[in-house]
Amino acid sequence: MRAEAYQQVDNRLAEEPVYEMKSGAEMIIECLKREGVDVIFGYPGGAVIPIYDALYDSGLKHVLSRHEQGAIHAADGYARSTGKVGVVIGTSGPGATNLVTGITNAYMDSIPLVVLTGQVPTSYIGTDAFQEADITGITMPITKHNYLVQRTQDLPKILKEAFYIARSGRPGPVLIDIPKDISYDVAPFYYPESVSIPSYQPTIEPNPSQVMKVAKTIEQAKRPLILAGGGVISSGAETELLQFVEKMQIPVTTTLMGLGGFPASHPLWLGMPGMHGTVTANRAIQNADLLISLGARFDDRVTGKIERFAPKAKIVHVDIDPAEVGKIIPTQLPLVGDIKHVLVQLMKKTSPGDTIEWIEQLQQWKKEKPLRYKDSKDGIKAQYVIEQLSNYTKGDAIISTDVGQHQMWTAQYYKFEKARTLLTSGGLGTMGFGLPAAVGAQVGHPDQKVVCISGDGSIQMNIQELATIVQQKLPLKIIILNNSYLGMVRQWQQIFHDCRYSCTFMTGPDFVKLAEAYGMLGIRAVKKEEVTEVLEQGMKHNGPVIMEFMVEEEENVFPFVPPGASLDEMIEGE
Amino acid sequence: MKYTLSLIVNDQAGVLTRIAGLFNRRGFNIDSITVGKTEEPGLSRMTIVVHGDKRLVEQIKKQLHKQIDVHKVIDITNEPMVARELIMIKVKATPQTLPEITNLIEPFRSTVVDVAHSTITIQATGDEDKLNAIIELLRPYGIKDLVRTGFAAIQRG
Repeated sequence: MRAEAYQQVDNRLAEEPVYEMKSGAEMIIECLKREGVDVIFGYPGGAVIPIYDALYDSGLKHVLSRHEQGAIHAADGYARSTGKVGVVIGTSGPGATNLVTGITNAYMDSIPLVVLTGQVPTSYIGTDAFQEADITGITMPITKHNYLVQRTQDLPKILKEAFYIARSGRPGPVLIDIPKDISYDVAPFYYPESVSIPSYQPTIEPNPSQVMKVAKTIEQAKRPLILAGGGVISSGAETELLQFVEKMQIPVTTTLMGLGGFPASHPLWLGMPGMHGTVTANRAIQNADLLISLGARFDDRVTGKIERFAPKAKIVHVDIDPAEVGKIIPTQLPLVGDIKHVLVQLMKKTSPGDTIEWIEQLQQWKKEKPLRYKDSKDGIKAQYVIEQLSNYTKGDAIISTDVGQHQMWTAQYYKFEKARTLLTSGGLGTMGFGLPAAVGAQVGHPDQKVVCISGDGSIQMNIQELATIVQQKLPLKIIILNNSYLGMVRQWQQIFHDCRYSCTFMTGPDFVKLAEAYGMLGIRAVKKEEVTEVLEQGMKHNGPVIMEFMVEEEENVFPFVPPGASLDEMIEGE
Repeated sequence: MKYTLSLIVNDQAGVLTRIAGLFNRRGFNIDSITVGKTEEPGLSRMTIVVHGDKRLVEQIKKQLHKQIDVHKVIDITNEPMVARELIMIKVKATPQTLPEITNLIEPFRSTVVDVAHSTITIQATGDEDKLNAIIELLRPYGIKDLVRTGFAAIQRG
């Protein structure tokens, strides 16, 4: 913590009246309550025993995972689906290092988390003590900020700051490393009501003259396109986006992180862009004369070859993080601010331009080049399963995915109508994210249908969390699209390595029996005609269920822009 | 092109690691870095010299600014400024060459900080050109050791 912050704490503690004495662990629990936290995900261990002791009769809900990675992805899924800060506790050493993938995952997708790790007692730090790891050192590049607590009396201020940093500006994970003696020690409890960090002042309101420039440019554009990313969702700007789009008549493409930020049923929605994007979305990018990026960061999976991305377009880049502007794509019109505030301002200053011809053109492309796959008569296509699920839920469910082919098919064939209904690892691409993320979402939304769509590869990466689901009595619906391969890698091996399927064939357990072993329902479809029946039975079951679909083994995800190619070099598929 | 960045950061453990780690992670190469306390308690000033193209340096500045512990990032490359570095050079010296060397360094306002039976150590401060000139002049005598502090820079006026 900063010198001036230490000073502030000391000054307050020197005041009258005398503050109540609390142990560090009690302070942590009290602060979590005051932040409005209602659930913690975690896994106990030696260095966090005092914290768990304070938790014991605190009234706070704790979800015990089976691996720390499960806990942090669950906190992440909770944060993504509720918009609140996810809280996770892990012990020192391996507990902390097991969190690293989850922290990176949240960092890459700008998800607000407060991660509490135990640390060996202060006098042992630096001695290679039992279960000691330098977790603040390890997580420096993968957290928005982190702290090693040095004095018990500083805990409330640090926690207050951590929540503020995690959720404000561009959200992200904040880690607090707490030595065991700091948790045990007793000190006066001074809780700061507000936070002020002079060196951290995120820009929320956009610069008015820049807004005017952007408004002028939008009015003059003939072929404008909005590229909406995860920022729309973290800003809570989906209503403003819809209003803006309808008023200005500008078509929208949403990145993987932006899916649900704009309703898929809307005529101005073009689908997802990029490597597995729709033909229309990619053509729109390549032909637009103005590209308005809202909270997207031009990931390589979206842009393809940078030099040939949106060659005819002026770029307006709206982001709350100034470091994103100009990082990948030279931007003519940068606009730093919170998307919601930016859209409100833009709406006031912009009149609709003439985009009728452009929209007609796009509608024609949509008709000519819809997403398609060759359905089979008897065998099950993964795409078919997802279409059926989408028809069944009509967008009224929270979907989590793992990473790979099933993730892309979900992005393509499931119609996301509402924000925060897709939980997927976009930036890091973490296999094993889906199941624990669904746990977090179901904990945050006990009455909603939560579905985890996974593959036989991904599901096995955090399969132990099935026990968490059963223990917590979560009525989760798990769909496993089983093709006996690491499908996405196999697809690349087929296309770029002459079908040399090196180490991608994979066996798994009997998932139906596995479900039963864990105490949940397991059902399976092997033929196309069984798909809807299994889906219906599973979705209606009033408890956790695994639905396994034996899908065609060598199916590929199309369209496909090969890595490094330009968006107009799409392989459209058979 | 070379850029000189002046940073005001929190004076606390881990900040230097954070900044240096950021350069490393984003693939930026640091030419020199100096850190010291400022007139204000709790704040340190870092002077970082990097080379790269304009876009790369723009990105560095933004990434630095994003750090919670960084208060200010000022690019003083094109500002009127004074940049100074201190070097110490240990040169081979015999009774014959000793007076020659001391004469040689005199115009540079350098000082002799140590004399041993076969070496002489010279301390010099200045800008890059001046220091390079001294090093080149002394090189023929045989430089045994050279240490540089890196640049500290401050805006004029």
